[in-house]
Amino acid sequence: MTSLENIKRRAENNAKKHGYFLNPDPDFLQNLIVGLKENEDRYGFASCPCRLGSGNFEWDRDIICPCDYRDPDVEEFGQCFCALYVSKDVVEGKRPMQPIPERRPQEKVDRAIGKAPEKTVKSEAVSETSDTNRKLFYCKVCGYVTFREEPPHKCPICQAKQEMFGEIVLGTDIQVR
Amino acid sequence: MDRVKVKGAIDKHQVLLYALSTCGWCKMTKAYLRDSDIAYEYIDVDKITPDERETIHQDIKKRGSRLAFPTIIIDDKTIITGFKKDEIKKALGL
Ligand code: SF4
Repeated sequence: MTSLENIKRRAENNAKKHGYFLNPDPDFLQNLIVGLKENEDRYGFASCPCRLGSGNFEWDRDIICPCDYRDPDVEEFGQCFCALYVSKDVVEGKRPMQPIPERRPQEKVDRAIGKAPEKTVKSEAVSETSDTNRKLFYCKVCGYVTFREEPPHKCPICQAKQEMFGEIVLGTDIQVR
Repeated sequence: MDRVKVKGAIDKHQVLLYALSTCGWCKMTKAYLRDSDIAYEYIDVDKITPDERETIHQDIKKRGSRLAFPTIIIDDKTIITGFKKDEIKKALGL
């Protein structure tokens, strides 16, 4: 079983790597860490504390923390859905923390709901559908490639700045610009 | 499906909270209602059976909203998604 300290350290490291911060309110933060641990203990993976998980890995994959929606949410609202990860503006008090709309597509919410986890669900290919506007970006310094809506604030591998990212456009000929 | 009843001096309204036991905003909502001395009932939707979840899902859908937490239903008519303090206050006439 993972300890609360481990979960917190994991989040701290992840925030640092991506240029984010953790929730500046110590009680709020602690509640989320406890929630993540509860999910890890009961499901075997730390799914989002603010979303209803099914306990089935295939159905919950997109909401394992940090979820697929964190980056676009921090980009748009300065925080993730749970407000575990926040931007610099929020930490500095220039932007309020507040409830934000759910970005997770309704089909995924529906699928995870009523039914008990079936152990036999076939592993789906990780195909990203039209529910996102994700693009490929690469770090011109170290070559790290990422698939998301906007280039990251900084490269999680070599810490290069956002300006050092280029978009990869895939066509019949692969072009890089 | 058992609702947990929380006592409060302000009990003119029927306040039902759908929450998750793990969610930070849900905890804030519970703390706010408690500190404001508002009587309410809640269900931690992560702790109930799949069939019961489906019932709640349908209930929220029927009211024209999306399943997200916390969801607060006041007097069986006003539905508020998320811990929106101002909207909660207004619906409770505070
Ligand atoms: S919303 Fe925040 S806390 Fe929840 S899974 Fe996404 S990144 Fe983690």
